[in-house]
Amino acid sequence: MFADYSWSELTAIFAMQGFAGLILFSVFVLMALGLAIIFGQMGVINMAHGEFMILGAYVTYLVSIFFAEALPALFPAYFFIAMILAFIAAGALGMFVEWAMIRHLYKRPLDTLLATWGLSLILQQVYRSVFGAREVGVTIPDWMMGSLPLTDMIEIPINGIFVMVLAIGISVGVYVMMYRSRWGQQVRAINQNRVMAGAVGINTEWTDRMTYGIGCGIAGVAGSAFTMIGSTGPTAGQLYIVDTFLVVVFGGAASLLGTIASAFTISQAQSIMEFFLSGSMAKVLTLLVVIGILMLRPQGLFALKLRK
Amino acid sequence: MQVTRKNSLFTRYELIGFAILAAIIFIVFPMIMDTFRLNLFGKYLTYAFVAVGLVLCWGAGGILSLGQGVFFGLGGYCMAMFLKLEASTPENTSIQSTPGIPDFMDWNQLTALPWWWEPFHSLTLSLIAVIVVPVAFAFIIGVAMFRRRVGGVYFAIITQAIAAVMTILIIGQQGYTGGVNGITDLRTLLGWDIRTDEAKEILYFVNGALLFVCLGIAQYVRKSKLGRLLIAMRDQEDRVRFSGYDVANFKIFIFCLGAAFAAVGGAMFTLQVGFMSPSFVGIVPSIEMVIFAAVGGRLSILGAVYGTLLVNWAKTTFSESFPELWLLGLGALFIAVVMAFPNGLAGVWSEHVMPRLRKLGSRGDSGTPDAAPSTPAAE
Repeated sequence: MFADYSWSELTAIFAMQGFAGLILFSVFVLMALGLAIIFGQMGVINMAHGEFMILGAYVTYLVSIFFAEALPALFPAYFFIAMILAFIAAGALGMFVEWAMIRHLYKRPLDTLLATWGLSLILQQVYRSVFGAREVGVTIPDWMMGSLPLTDMIEIPINGIFVMVLAIGISVGVYVMMYRSRWGQQVRAINQNRVMAGAVGINTEWTDRMTYGIGCGIAGVAGSAFTMIGSTGPTAGQLYIVDTFLVVVFGGAASLLGTIASAFTISQAQSIMEFFLSGSMAKVLTLLVVIGILMLRPQGLFALKLRK
Repeated sequence: MQVTRKNSLFTRYELIGFAILAAIIFIVFPMIMDTFRLNLFGKYLTYAFVAVGLVLCWGAGGILSLGQGVFFGLGGYCMAMFLKLEASTPENTSIQSTPGIPDFMDWNQLTALPWWWEPFHSLTLSLIAVIVVPVAFAFIIGVAMFRRRVGGVYFAIITQAIAAVMTILIIGQQGYTGGVNGITDLRTLLGWDIRTDEAKEILYFVNGALLFVCLGIAQYVRKSKLGRLLIAMRDQEDRVRFSGYDVANFKIFIFCLGAAFAAVGGAMFTLQVGFMSPSFVGIVPSIEMVIFAAVGGRLSILGAVYGTLLVNWAKTTFSESFPELWLLGLGALFIAVVMAFPNGLAGVWSEHVMPRLRKLGSRGDSGTPDAAPSTPAAE
């Protein structure tokens, strides 16, 4: 299958597909980070994660309309405000959901799956009623349009770079929060031993709520970033949920580094294969390999060595 | 009679429950419904096969599979492939550039039947395949996962991923599988037209009878030593292992049994509805099938049948008249069942209705429970 292409063409193909893979990687990382916190640390299977992401995307859409109508002068910078609002909106909804639903189900992880699936159906229908069934797209500010020509054959879109920078920034932020802050220490303590964590004076209820809220908030930011490279529909979140769960499980549920590494592997594999096979077969092969590896190594790539 | 013996297959109470369900399916439904509605309820009952399998895997065994749609679909596709080949005789397909192969293959420029379609010329082989293909697939998944002690949440996520892969594969390989439309336009089974009213009624009864065979097997499994071990494994897996049992083998068996039930349901679905498509294979239908079992009661095989009928009846009714409300309702149903009624209709029945009936029974003489559990579903 390589014979039809010259060497320089192949390099260009790999570079371009590799870059497309990097954008996919950024999206995976953004979605998976929130899930890694919620699923990896709390053990809650949040099937509504995609819908929290879409909430962020719709918030961005509303903010972009508001800026275009009311404050056209500040339009180039609207995205940063939209991102913050998306984080707040998705985080607040997440905290409410935790309070109303999830906190009753910590002992029944499989039931969180069903309950959050119900939540995702409700959110989808709400989006459909409010924003309509058609996909909406935001107007990207001018500075994000266009692409950087690297060589004659390789071009890199700027919005892609932006999403990547965002993914890196948020990954670093999550790392600092989880491993360098007091809150992160408490979350990890609860994850290891809930009862003891409570006994030494950690407010486990409040920490759980914050954790869930921050996980959902990051999903909201992911959705916000998502509007830069694609359009948003009520059911768009569902398309990504399986990939995201596989990314988290494949990486080793409780490991942030593992999540990033597995997002990288899966997105690169899928994107490079996509060029040579059809898109659906590339996806099937990637998922099958991931499932196969998970069957051989159920703890994922980067497992914490814990004695249970 | 045997039923009064303590270790027999049915207690008297369970026998009454089975009899009531049989009466509803074989007598009440055919009497009060026209052929169209009966066919519709026959379709719902094919999902009940899956729900009964889920009660065994999930309720008793604690294994939540989110990929039951895969087995339902495999069973259904095996049946559909046979019917499609029968419908694609060279005479019927003479306008195609390659007569004698299914129409969707011709549209996708295939010029010969793929080798793995060949066995489906024979009804016997097809019927064997309906069971064997899904069970073999379940066996592979089960061996790979349970031997490595993957369970619980991880099993759910991986089976879900398998369901996703299956859908993408079927849709992507349009020339071999019929793609997103599935295998349609099925007409006859060995020359017997399955689209007539009479055939639909006969198929409904065949379907009901098969469901009762599956219910009987499920009841037998629950009453056997295996059933008790399953519940023990669900509650304290390590203790069962330390007692010297090979936990993985029991899990593999029950998972394969659930897959076999689902496959029978899928095959009957194809026969009654007349097509099979990837929309019954993927994640969404697979999770919906879990909610059928959850609504009926994840611990009760009869409850699962009522739950399936109730949810599907509600789905048809609401999505006809208020399509917007249906998703909201279904979502709320998921949450309500999990939060408020973890044991579903069967739990409500045994916790709230039965004690009251007992009280009435001890006062008066009418001790036998009537058809009350069915009233929500019987409409």
